[in-house]
Amino acid sequence: MSRQALFKRRYRRDEEAIPFLLNGLPEAGRRGDTVMTAILSLETSLRRTEFTGESRAGFCLIGACQDCFVMMADGSRVRACSTALEPGMAFLTDAVEGVEHD
Amino acid sequence: MTEALPIVIVGAAPAGIRAAERLVEAGVRPIVLDEGLRAGGQIYRRPLVDDGRSYRNRYGSEAKKAERLHAVFERLRPSIDYRPETLVWNVSGLERSGHLDVLREGVHRQIAFSKLLLCTGATDRVLPFPDWTKPGVYTLGAAQTALKAQGCTVGDRLVFMGSGPLLYLVAWQYMKAGARVEAVLDTAPFRSKFHLVSLFVRAPRIVALGLFYGAQLQLSGVKVRYGVRPQTVLGEERVEGIRFRAGGRTEALACDAIGYGFALRPETQLADLAGCRFRFEDRDRAWLPERDAQGRTSRKDIYVSGDGSGIAGADAAEIDGELAALAILQDIGNTVAGDRPRQLTAARARILRQREILESAFPFPRDWFETVPPETTLCRCEEIRIGEIHCAVGAGSIGEINRMKALSRVGMGRCQGRMCSAAAVEVLSSIRKVEPKETGRLRAQAPVKPIPLGFGGPLDTEESR
Amino acid sequence: MIQRISTDVTIIGGGLVGSSAALAMRQAGLDVVLLDKGFCGAQASGVNYGGVRRQGRPAEQLPLSQRAHGIWPRLKALVGIDGEYVPSGHLKLARTERDFAKLEAYAEMARPYGLDLELVGAEALKTRFPWLSAAGAGASLCPGDGHANPRLVSPAFARAAERAGVKVFEQMPVRDVRATGNGFAVLAGENLEIRSRQLVNSAGAWSDTFAAQFGETVPLKRIYPSMVVTEPLPLRLPVSMGEQGGSFYGRQVARGNYVMGGGRGAALADPDFSRPSVTAASSVMQRAIALFPHLANAQVIRFWSGTEADMPDGNPVIGPSRTTPGLFHAFGFCGAGFQIAPAVGEVLSELVTSGRSTTPIDAFSIGRFAHAAAQTADSL
Repeated sequence: MSRQALFKRRYRRDEEAIPFLLNGLPEAGRRGDTVMTAILSLETSLRRTEFTGESRAGFCLIGACQDCFVMMADGSRVRACSTALEPGMAFLTDAVEGVEHD
Repeated sequence: MTEALPIVIVGAAPAGIRAAERLVEAGVRPIVLDEGLRAGGQIYRRPLVDDGRSYRNRYGSEAKKAERLHAVFERLRPSIDYRPETLVWNVSGLERSGHLDVLREGVHRQIAFSKLLLCTGATDRVLPFPDWTKPGVYTLGAAQTALKAQGCTVGDRLVFMGSGPLLYLVAWQYMKAGARVEAVLDTAPFRSKFHLVSLFVRAPRIVALGLFYGAQLQLSGVKVRYGVRPQTVLGEERVEGIRFRAGGRTEALACDAIGYGFALRPETQLADLAGCRFRFEDRDRAWLPERDAQGRTSRKDIYVSGDGSGIAGADAAEIDGELAALAILQDIGNTVAGDRPRQLTAARARILRQREILESAFPFPRDWFETVPPETTLCRCEEIRIGEIHCAVGAGSIGEINRMKALSRVGMGRCQGRMCSAAAVEVLSSIRKVEPKETGRLRAQAPVKPIPLGFGGPLDTEESR
Repeated sequence: MIQRISTDVTIIGGGLVGSSAALAMRQAGLDVVLLDKGFCGAQASGVNYGGVRRQGRPAEQLPLSQRAHGIWPRLKALVGIDGEYVPSGHLKLARTERDFAKLEAYAEMARPYGLDLELVGAEALKTRFPWLSAAGAGASLCPGDGHANPRLVSPAFARAAERAGVKVFEQMPVRDVRATGNGFAVLAGENLEIRSRQLVNSAGAWSDTFAAQFGETVPLKRIYPSMVVTEPLPLRLPVSMGEQGGSFYGRQVARGNYVMGGGRGAALADPDFSRPSVTAASSVMQRAIALFPHLANAQVIRFWSGTEADMPDGNPVIGPSRTTPGLFHAFGFCGAGFQIAPAVGEVLSELVTSGRSTTPIDAFSIGRFAHAAAQTADSL
């Protein structure tokens, strides 16, 4: 998994850090981040698709395309573009959720 | 003695806020349901926390309008029942008075209404091209939202593509925010821009702004190409560039993100579930709920307003919201003094005429699918390729969009066709060689967005007597 | 300009029954016209749950159901697609000892028909189906039952019939139908006039109107299933599920979606369209969570409904008209027509070619309602 950031922060760079876990590793977002901003400022992918396993990193950012949901460590999911980052959230972006292929 | 059921507005953007304002002035306390975290909608979307930017910095030429609308909302807030982060996922119980099924903080509630005003807005209209699902490809609206509400750019080196006024605006905003804009790839031919001459007479500000953005971009070395058709996104795990054709030449540009779109498509699912009659609007190439000048639909007690009832933009939506509120007030027996409805209707009609010209200047690429190969994904959710649709449609001699959905799964995924239905209609109508309207209207299905299986039954039914 | 067609058989209704009948008749060498007011397989045949289930049917349906059981594995050869048919097994749960006793009695009854049901006790249920929560009293497993995709299967029969030479007319509502003395005259759509020796009424929830035109009143009622489908999820549910005495049923398709139903939807103003009810859908969702704890975080992406025909005794009408020679009825499958429809198609073909069915269908005679109707008339 590439550790290249997709998003680039232009503002709020010095905002208070919000700690979270990304694939088990401690990371930090900024106060005011959505889950999507927090993850994609570090990473290029939010999830893999069920059928082809390709990476997705959201598309519409307004809660319409349903492409940006992210698996949480507890098995629940959030829609990354419209969920505010909260301290202690734990995300799994390289889990292959979905149909188990042969 | 039964208390009157509430008037409910869905959406807290220009239309919804202006409607609420007018209702409050008349002594009504509407319920305003907003899917967003903060009121303002997409166009005037606000950040989650203050990030120190001015209105001017965030909203550019629309700063004054944004500031005014936010101020109106804050002033209204004590006088309305505002519920943010509330998903309205169904309209049901229509055999009686009708209610909304809503989900808020994981709890399912039903809200009965006496009058329902739907201000559901729009999304970007997108069309598929090879590898458009790759990380780093976003809609134009998404690119703008990232900057506006999150203070970040979706990449550092960008190409913007598509058609519509938003194309040049977003490119310019990204440039101003410090991103490197490699190119603006306009899918419309250069000659279409001459239509702007006639728009200049009617709306000089729009044209002047457009020319200003275009000129500044070109002066800063941003490549501008016309009549573009993309060939493919380059890169393995993420966007590394784009290859396209323009003016008979193939060109490749390196970039790390792409923003693209072709104007907007209205969100009409709730109006559909509410049983409103629809008609095909050629200008939007979309089915819209039938409405009168003030937003009354074919169903008593249900009103539509703003882009969700036909794409006309934020200024028209503000006017339209007030018009719908006046219609509601009239229909509940209030006297609406003066000729305010007539003035507003005329103002909205002027904007709609401007929209006609903008459509000519930024035309929809009708021949899009002549150059998109069949292995291209059309439906992002179900990962269905264009070729599979040809198979499903051809084998079943299908010419109707709901049959196409049944046989191909296109539009059956999590987004309920929001990202693929505009394209699906174009594919089907191109296969059948008919106008899009002839392929019929994709019926909406509840829930209009995914809901948790474990949400249970309605926890309580408000206002149910 | 009126288009006139002369044919052996006219079939009204392009659902799975009408389409499979058209195919079977064509294969028997007949000229067939198949009419649908909308699109073939777009109503109940195309939007049902997709259960290919024998278990739970009343005794009188089992011979027909067994005949259909022999057809499903041959789908690919018959219509060109396998229709996502999976003989996964059908597991019917009993919540209480009383319900389990009913399953035991059913298994006993069904055995002579060749239905080998396996009774699974409460303990065995836990070890064999560990993904299943909500301790029940046991279950009955029908290994050969399964499920398929109705959206694909039903239209595929119509297309196969068309390829075989059946004249298929869609969006062609029948405006008038009458007996001419030596056959039938059907007016459909704007300008289609069909003459045929024989006529099949397989118009599903719309069949009662056509039956009534030949003096046969049937107590047909419309019902609307209420279906829920989840997003695609990891494959966990290997069987199609039902409940004794309950209204929950569920299966997981190969792509991972859980398709679940129960309860009833409601008709819209245009009774050709219906909506699932939120109450019914909520009950289905709550039952799903109770049975399958692994769905705790699943999302529902779509509800749907359809229009089905229900008969008071739970059995369909299949067989010749009592008033009009050459007319045959096949409708009223009470929400359970998907599995047996291909066999009904074959039976209809036998009826129009030889006048008799090789599978017993006496229990489905339309005459059983004539008696009831007469009684009602007397008591008035």
